[in-house]
Amino acid sequence: MKLLAIGAIMAIGTIGPAIAIGKIGSKGAEAIGRNPEAASKVQTAMILAIAFAEAIAIYALVVALILKFV
Amino acid sequence: MPKISIKAEHLFSIFGFDVTNSLVLAFITALILIILGIIFKRNIRLMPGRVQNLLEYAFEEMLNLCDSVLNNREKTEKYFPLVATIFFFVLISNWLGLLPGVGSLGILEVHGEESILIPFFRAPAADLNFTLAIALISVIAINIFGIVAVGAVTHFKKFFNFKGPIQFFIGILEFISEIAKIISFSFRLFGNVFAGEVLLIIIAFLLPFIAPLPFLFLEIFVGFIQAFVFAMLTLVFVAIATLEESH
Repeated sequence: MKLLAIGAIMAIGTIGPAIAIGKIGSKGAEAIGRNPEAASKVQTAMILAIAFAEAIAIYALVVALILKFV
Repeated sequence: MPKISIKAEHLFSIFGFDVTNSLVLAFITALILIILGIIFKRNIRLMPGRVQNLLEYAFEEMLNLCDSVLNNREKTEKYFPLVATIFFFVLISNWLGLLPGVGSLGILEVHGEESILIPFFRAPAADLNFTLAIALISVIAINIFGIVAVGAVTHFKKFFNFKGPIQFFIGILEFISEIAKIISFSFRLFGNVFAGEVLLIIIAFLLPFIAPLPFLFLEIFVGFIQAFVFAMLTLVFVAIATLEESH
């Protein structure tokens, strides 16, 4: 039951961040395609935004790790 | 399967003050940064040599990056030390945590049947105390900078506003968001670094040779990105807190 909960946390908890990172990446690529000179600026903002989206998945991971190892 | 502990292992006590293996590496990080700083200050010259040139270029770029957020060179020079200190401290501590020997060198402690390895070193950010401490420093500094820049009354009006029910409720939300900042700061860094540790241990356990290499590269990148994110977020929050209300 506990293992099931851990699996469910990771499965459900990563759906949102996955969609978010996909959207950020696609929009970033679009922006670079439209304005290649701004590539470095777009990249910085993109990586920052991806790190925020990733943090949500990391929260799920922390909960899963706490359940697994504590 | 090696044992994974979510909290830092206790090594010894000094006057009742527990020293964990994360704390040891955090102190080593601080020591390295202090020594590098002293050496650099001694060798500073008007005509820059090769190393000084490189560092000056790097700092120039970082100052320009801060300028693009704060829109003001004076402000940048005021708040740059805190942001840069957080960046370098987190960066060096993350990279030190990836060195061979960290997490693998230790003493075996026997508990009845099984014996548990107590490592001498552990990545500092893989301990929640470390990340929580930096998050607290960062959030408190943000509020102090805000008070100094716009005045205590204006700053606290953000949290306690009795103009109307809506403003009052917004004040409560601002207060909660301040606490949420601490939590998100500390858990983001802790989660990333600790997850990296677990990932490296498990990959090395499944396939000891060559396979961990790409993951090591990933962890070097993640260590840099997380230090960058931590510093940039602090900078952005400082920029918001020190902005004079103009409406």
